[in-house]
Amino acid sequence: MISRFAPGDRVAVRRSESPGHIRTPYYVRGRVGVVERICGPFPNPEELAFGRNGQPARPLYRIRFRQTAVWPNYVGPPDDSIEVEIYEHWLEPA
Amino acid sequence: MFDEHDHEHDHGQGLAHTLAHTKQPDVEDLPATEAQLLETSVRELLLEKGVFQGSDLRQTLETIDSWTPALGARLVARAWIDPAFKARLLSDAQAAARELGIDPGSTHLVVLENTPERHNLVVCTLCSCYPRRILGLPPDWYKSRAYRSRAVREPRAVLAEFGTVLPDGVAVHVHDSTADLRYLVLPVRPVGTDAMSESELAALVTRDSMIGVALPRGSSSP
Amino acid sequence: MRAHHDLGGRPAGPIDRAERALEPWEKRVDAMFQLLSSPERGIIRVDELRRGIEGLGAGEYDQLAYYERWITVIANLLLEKGVLTTDELSRKLDDVRARTVATP
Repeated sequence: MISRFAPGDRVAVRRSESPGHIRTPYYVRGRVGVVERICGPFPNPEELAFGRNGQPARPLYRIRFRQTAVWPNYVGPPDDSIEVEIYEHWLEPA
Repeated sequence: MFDEHDHEHDHGQGLAHTLAHTKQPDVEDLPATEAQLLETSVRELLLEKGVFQGSDLRQTLETIDSWTPALGARLVARAWIDPAFKARLLSDAQAAARELGIDPGSTHLVVLENTPERHNLVVCTLCSCYPRRILGLPPDWYKSRAYRSRAVREPRAVLAEFGTVLPDGVAVHVHDSTADLRYLVLPVRPVGTDAMSESELAALVTRDSMIGVALPRGSSSP
Repeated sequence: MRAHHDLGGRPAGPIDRAERALEPWEKRVDAMFQLLSSPERGIIRVDELRRGIEGLGAGEYDQLAYYERWITVIANLLLEKGVLTTDELSRKLDDVRARTVATP
């Protein structure tokens, strides 16, 4: 699988909003995080949701965000983090 | 109120009469909701059409019953006493589970190690993804609006609500299971348990400590 | 606009930690879904179930309990896919209702 991003890369989550079955939570859209790992290729759930086979598989990443970068007025130390699995087509270089 | 009925029909008096005309508080007699009626209807139709057999359904129900937090507790206890197993658990949890005779199925299981510096917490904000084959079916609270909303936004407040206070200097790492990976927390082994057997250690490991909202039994307070 | 089920970060109150055992009908819903989505049968995908639940609309999503959402969506998907016809389902429901005391 050719993956666009590597562990350690800074990435931003696209701000897009749309109907459909989307597994990119609203709270990280527009946020910047770091690729923690490449999870590998998975069939696209946005397509599986409509009975299609989700091929070709899409690269999935685990992205780590500082909580202070995600939430205004986050209560906790600066190294508190949140990790979310996000598909490559929802990510842009930051 | 159940009361007189006119006795046009011919039947005897006594016990038979009483039983025939007294509402027995039996499960089948309880009022059914629309969803329950729908479940019965869908199930009967699928059985009639041979989409699955009654034996398939019974077997699946038994399998569900076999999934309990005791499975996860065995993984944790073994990891606590065997550093090489722990390393295998952290790098390939599916294979490590199979070593102990636990079948993770096709679950992409990932084990998250708690350390003195790092406490992990698992949630699925979009639905209720959960490592069912290792912990059993999730509790209602895990699937609740309140947990799904707040665990990502204010994890420390959520932990406090569960009675979990972390020592200073411990970072909280929340994991939102948005894709196919399912997470199991490997809690920190409580101090003073060196003399315990593997099964005694497993008894300390609660479901909630493997989700991350609590610490294992016997953990000391900060 | 944010989807109704996308709850991360929404304001919410205390977590109700009460534990209960699942009722038999709820476990049967789960078991039926596992059978329908098994690799051998492949009739419904979990992604379709999720999409269906997300599409229930805010009112139903909030008012239906967890496995009530599941069985509602499973029934709709089976109708969509032609595994069941509406005629079959409505006649079966009539039959089941007649055998069961309904909640007023």
